[in-house]
Amino acid sequence: MDVKDINTPGYEIPEEIEGQVAITTLDKIYNWGRSASVWPLMFALACCGIEYICAQASRFDLSRFGMEVTRPSPRQSDLMLVSGTVTKKMMPTIVRLYNQMPEPKYVIAMGSCASGGGPFKEGYNVVSGIDRYIPVDVYIPGCPPTPQALINGLIKLQEKISKQSIKTVRWYQKGEDQASIPVPILGPDLIDPRKIPLIKNHEA
Amino acid sequence: MYGKGILKGLGVTLKRYIDTYIDDIRWMGKRYYKSEGIAHRSSKDARGIFTIQYPEEKVPVPEEFRFIPFLVYDDGENGEHILRCTSCGICPKVCPPQCIWITRTTNPATGRPIPDPAEFYIDADICMNCGLCAEYCPFDAIKMDHDYELASFARNILNLQSLSKSASYYEGIRPINATKENRARDAKLAARAAAGVKAE
Amino acid sequence: MTTPAPVETLDLSTLLPGFVTTDTRPGYSGWVVDKNHLVEFASKLRDEFGYDLLTSVTGVDYLPDDKMEVVYHAFKTTGGPVLNYKVQVPRQDPIEVPSLVSVYPGVELQEREIWDLFGIIFTGHPDLRRILMWEGFEGHPLRKDWKEAYFEEESKPFKSRWPDGKIVQAENNNKFSDNIAYPAGFDPEKWIPEGEDALYGSLAKYEYTSQDGIKNDHIVVNLGPQHPSTHGVFRVSAVLDGEIIANLKPVMGYLHRNHEKIGERNTFLQNMPYTDRLDYLSSLSNNFGYALTVEKLMNIEVPERAEYIRVIMAELTRITNHCMALGALFNDLGTFFTPLIYLLEERELILDIFEAVTGSRMMCNYFRFGGVARDFPEGILEKIKGLVFERLPKKIDEIDRFMSDNEIIRSRGIGQGILTAEDAIRFSATGPLLRASGVPYDVRRADPYSIYDRFDFDIVVRQNGDIYDRYMVRLEEMRQSVRIIQQAIKGLPVGEFQTGKPQYQVRVPAGESYGRVESPKGELAFYVISTGKPSPWRYHVRAPSFINLTPYGHMCVGQKIADIVAILGSIDIVLGEVDR
Repeated sequence: MDVKDINTPGYEIPEEIEGQVAITTLDKIYNWGRSASVWPLMFALACCGIEYICAQASRFDLSRFGMEVTRPSPRQSDLMLVSGTVTKKMMPTIVRLYNQMPEPKYVIAMGSCASGGGPFKEGYNVVSGIDRYIPVDVYIPGCPPTPQALINGLIKLQEKISKQSIKTVRWYQKGEDQASIPVPILGPDLIDPRKIPLIKNHEA
Repeated sequence: MYGKGILKGLGVTLKRYIDTYIDDIRWMGKRYYKSEGIAHRSSKDARGIFTIQYPEEKVPVPEEFRFIPFLVYDDGENGEHILRCTSCGICPKVCPPQCIWITRTTNPATGRPIPDPAEFYIDADICMNCGLCAEYCPFDAIKMDHDYELASFARNILNLQSLSKSASYYEGIRPINATKENRARDAKLAARAAAGVKAE
Repeated sequence: MTTPAPVETLDLSTLLPGFVTTDTRPGYSGWVVDKNHLVEFASKLRDEFGYDLLTSVTGVDYLPDDKMEVVYHAFKTTGGPVLNYKVQVPRQDPIEVPSLVSVYPGVELQEREIWDLFGIIFTGHPDLRRILMWEGFEGHPLRKDWKEAYFEEESKPFKSRWPDGKIVQAENNNKFSDNIAYPAGFDPEKWIPEGEDALYGSLAKYEYTSQDGIKNDHIVVNLGPQHPSTHGVFRVSAVLDGEIIANLKPVMGYLHRNHEKIGERNTFLQNMPYTDRLDYLSSLSNNFGYALTVEKLMNIEVPERAEYIRVIMAELTRITNHCMALGALFNDLGTFFTPLIYLLEERELILDIFEAVTGSRMMCNYFRFGGVARDFPEGILEKIKGLVFERLPKKIDEIDRFMSDNEIIRSRGIGQGILTAEDAIRFSATGPLLRASGVPYDVRRADPYSIYDRFDFDIVVRQNGDIYDRYMVRLEEMRQSVRIIQQAIKGLPVGEFQTGKPQYQVRVPAGESYGRVESPKGELAFYVISTGKPSPWRYHVRAPSFINLTPYGHMCVGQKIADIVAILGSIDIVLGEVDR
């Protein structure tokens, strides 16, 4: 978002104080701050994770977007970048990490594996897309997406953030917190607790 | 002396830090946002700052670069799009993750297949960008795209419409290959025409 | 291409008369050993014949013959061709084979993998648990009669794709609309997860001590699977006595992508892009190994130019891999990203070359059976020359200057995580890990493949086997790779880059083949069995990072907890290859 966009809320500033006062809306300044300091979780799964490291390194340099502060702890991060094939064995950990992240939180599915299973989709230990368990904000296709494709996705995420409004965002609503997701169980196969009734009634 | 090694290392970082400014002065402001500047920063002589300021600057994409596949169409006489694809079925056969689905068109009168795909799907969330489909296509009909800026808010399943791109686009992104292929195709057509003439 | 092994001159059938026979199946070689005499045979082979390095153990399920087979590949560290032997057992549960851990401790993780994926019980194995899947998982997936939830057909290409390909997402064919399947009568509410009891049980094999009336307790520390220093989704479970590591087990499988099961359904060519994703930092080495293995079966020659191109690309890959490995190691030793970023700059420049030649930065998919996919594009040779003759030697020296004398690197590296030469061989370690322990074993010299016998280069060896030596070996290897590329560029001939016409359906005669290359991580080998059909019957990857993890616990015990990550960094693993 440009500084000009933040500074044009549609109110006239009297001439005598122009240059000393800036008026903006709360939404704009809030989103501007948030979108320019998205802290990702330090979390790389597979091949795409290497491209993510390249995007962090000097050639593509994510710090130009305020995203260089990768946090090893989910408690301090805003963005979970699921970079790579998600396996069933890994799935409980990922959901747990997601639940531990504070609101507002965002998820990017990087690469075809995280978006929809990818080339390993038919495998017995592979989850067909991370969006079966956790909500995804931006999908980046490619196998693996180049660092520039990744940055393109991050810019898309910034766009999404700057369109949100404090009044309607999920994490300021009253009522029960909808974001917490039941952690899958490792059974004879992966068990999604939300699907237990379905599994119980199946006929082999 | 203890600490000498660390000082030596710090010397390396200091040198690289100064290099940036030396290079900036040497290039007199032409280093950024100019294609020769980008080329310099990606060459063996790159020194100092190495960053490509995407999205304002982009790393030039080489000819062979491959991302998601697309289908090439030629422009017909009346501006209609004539797909090169004959739905021969080699790409779905060769595709390693099996992400291509093709429905062949059949002539409703005779029930015979027509060399034209009725439907063509690529599941971009399975595709592994390996390029085998483009490599083994005998009609130069399916090619790998250069457009990597595809991030979206939903999953990507590409159909015939979103896959089709014009031959001039293809020639734009892969000039060397396209010329080579066009020449080979023309030669083949000429040979066939010559043979046809002879047969008559 | 290497000539097949002259193992036949070695008559092993007299070793244990009646219990060792030659493998007479067409296309096969080696020996079939009686199950009850396996341990005796293996120790005789090691002690009397000098086959001290058992690199690979794998299972094969011969469903039509109602047999299971365990295949062993042994080598001499002094060099020479492969010697393989097999044990055949009937395919009725429980399938039991004696464990070789007492002779070759390096098979520990591999035997666990065979138990996990084939359900073969290794009697005498000290810690036989599942390794890639979790405890409680139903079935042994690599058995031929085991079908996954998204099973479509026995082999690719699937018939539903053409000519009446209506797009169906695999989820919609499954009754749970997800990639899951359960045994009949399974009730999820009654399910009690087995959890980690087996893991912690295997860790707690020692006593508590008491001093001055105070009982010392041990604590279990888990690192990972999400931890910034585990180089991916790798988990380490360690028991600590104060700050000293008392016992340590690697836990893996968090990136198990079923490479081998998928590979048995793919056609031979379709496996090529999948090999890119094994060790995703050095995809061209993986291509190389797989291409060699299948070419051995097909018995085809590779044109000169293609051989040179292959060597150039494989050695460039070694440099990129070591850039990443060293950068990550420095991070683990306490630098905050600066050397990693410097090294990644060089890697980026080489990746530009890969992108221009092969089309992709990381997933190159460049080798074909009998050559490479396309010739070098115009101008790329100049770029490579610029790098290897001018830039890279300087930059490697710069890293040397930057890091080698650094007091922190030295004090955290020298004398830490020691692996002696004997242990390294016993644990089947290969690659820089083995060479840093003083064993000059490099497949490029020990059993030359492709055209490596034409180049002049040194095998880098260091004697101490500690973290610092592994760093020095990798640094020096980068210099040697530059040397090889310089020679290869000078000798690059003009000519064809592919034998015959490019074809997507190759005919591979029946038989077995074990092809190996010196990948940047160690000996990367593929064991492929063809039955003459379009897809392989068995497709096994001998993954160096996986097997190099076998001595990990041994190296860590007695060290401080902070060394866990440093030692792991010095082994240089890539999870795509560890878990496959």
